[in-house]
Amino acid sequence: MKRAALIVALLALAPTASAQPPSGAGLYAENCLSCHGANGVGVPQMGSLLRGVGAGTADFYLRTGYMPLSSPGEQPYRKRVLFDERDLQALVRYVASFGAGPPIPQPHPEQGDVSEGMQLFTEHCAGCHQVVARGGVAPGARVPALTRAAPVEIAEAVRAGPYVMPRFTNATLSDAQLNSIIRYVDYAKHPSEAGGWGIGFVGPVPEGMVTWLIAAAALVGVCTAVGRRVRG
Amino acid sequence: MRRLRDWLLALVVPRLGKRPPRRSPPRRRIVEGREPNERAELAATLLFLGSAASALAFPFLYAFDVHPLTQLLGLSLGLACVLLAAALIVVGRGVVVTEELAEPYPPPAHEPEQEDIAQLAEESGDSISRKRFLVLAGGAAVGSLGIALVTPAASLGPVLDMDPFFRTTWRRGRRLVDERGTPLRAGAIEEKVFYTAYPEHADREEIGSPLIVVRLDPAELKLPGERQGWAPQGIVAYSKICTHAGCAISLYRVPTFAPVEPKPALVCPCHYSTFDPAAGGSVLFGPAGRPLPQLPLMIDASGELRAGGNYSGAVGPSWWGVRNRKPTP
Repeated sequence: MKRAALIVALLALAPTASAQPPSGAGLYAENCLSCHGANGVGVPQMGSLLRGVGAGTADFYLRTGYMPLSSPGEQPYRKRVLFDERDLQALVRYVASFGAGPPIPQPHPEQGDVSEGMQLFTEHCAGCHQVVARGGVAPGARVPALTRAAPVEIAEAVRAGPYVMPRFTNATLSDAQLNSIIRYVDYAKHPSEAGGWGIGFVGPVPEGMVTWLIAAAALVGVCTAVGRRVRG
Repeated sequence: MRRLRDWLLALVVPRLGKRPPRRSPPRRRIVEGREPNERAELAATLLFLGSAASALAFPFLYAFDVHPLTQLLGLSLGLACVLLAAALIVVGRGVVVTEELAEPYPPPAHEPEQEDIAQLAEESGDSISRKRFLVLAGGAAVGSLGIALVTPAASLGPVLDMDPFFRTTWRRGRRLVDERGTPLRAGAIEEKVFYTAYPEHADREEIGSPLIVVRLDPAELKLPGERQGWAPQGIVAYSKICTHAGCAISLYRVPTFAPVEPKPALVCPCHYSTFDPAAGGSVLFGPAGRPLPQLPLMIDASGELRAGGNYSGAVGPSWWGVRNRKPTP
């Protein structure tokens, strides 16, 4: 009887508990504090200073599942997001409250131009991210493919420069140019294909395969046939 | 020039007229003498000479950059090879004697037997009336093809006059401007951002003009001793042209959290040569063979960035001569 009463009491309490707004400080203490320290002051060899990173950077790292890391020092990569939308926003607000920093950008890719975007992407991004944004292993780090990157995430990454990527300020890449880049990245998720065997759009690999696997084999065959005729 | 010609003539003429020494005493023939096939010899000689002429066209086309170069170079080499092959076929079918001997030879253990074989080979060629000329023509064809094949080595670059590679558009006091021509201010150079700069009032197409400018933590700088003062406030400038193959360096690797991430690097997108901007542009990785040339910087009274002099080394890809020359102080 006593146990039943307790269950009833808990059930009655449950909806009120979940209706409570999530606490950013609580989520921070559970998930971030061990590496980034109290109030985002950072811990040497563990995690960076979060004061002044702003809502944009925090939103990027949390929305992509980059943070929390399983161990400090590993390269962050896109994985399952641990927080629901409300928790995520609470956590972003809490991290942004450590110190003034850039807000979450609001890109308008529909105002951008695919062709200008491709030019800018080739110039600024393709060296690492590959020309149709399929990623790679360029300068001593795994470079993520952008096939799942949402427009806001792209804008956040460009302004924040996650991991070893450089930042691009308004002076080096204007908001209008950024819109074009996002438009192009969106296009590159499903680029128009003229046919043939794309193999992940990695460049002239199919031609090389024809050369090595088909033409080279045919050439060996011809040589063998000629050799047999001369001997026979 | 005349002296050189005399030397060449002195080398060539006696050899042309030289006859092989007569064997003494004359021995009994083993291979039967035959009628020379003069038509085949003439055809082979002409084909050899044609091949030589075609191959010799290669260096000329290359030197004078005749349009369309690639196709003509291909034609020259292809024709030389085809004519050479044709000549060898003619020689094989019509000129060289093919003798079938029923009797097996004993192994050439003794001196006279070896002489017999030498004589056999010698006499086999007796039915060729212009043997020497034919051999010379064949030699010319093969030699010309060889010359054609080594000609592209000239593209490895100049060796003697390297001064143009050290002349650039940068002078002490020249201002740094961005793509739009606006002077770069030291205060506007942010960390973890990659800037491209050009010299003010100078040709941007010159190989030495484009610069990379980045701001590093002054405490992290490890510049060579003689470059103290080249990086005011930790702002460093390097040539944007990779020292490997001359591509524009457009990648900047910069850690968000330095203690656990790869250190800052300037990376060329062509072959991923990686340079350390904190250590005077030294090579961290990749095919580049020498450091990125650094440009000394200074900040003037109004806070604008100016060049403090010329680069620390030759700008652009590492030609033969550049590699071998010691860096200028």
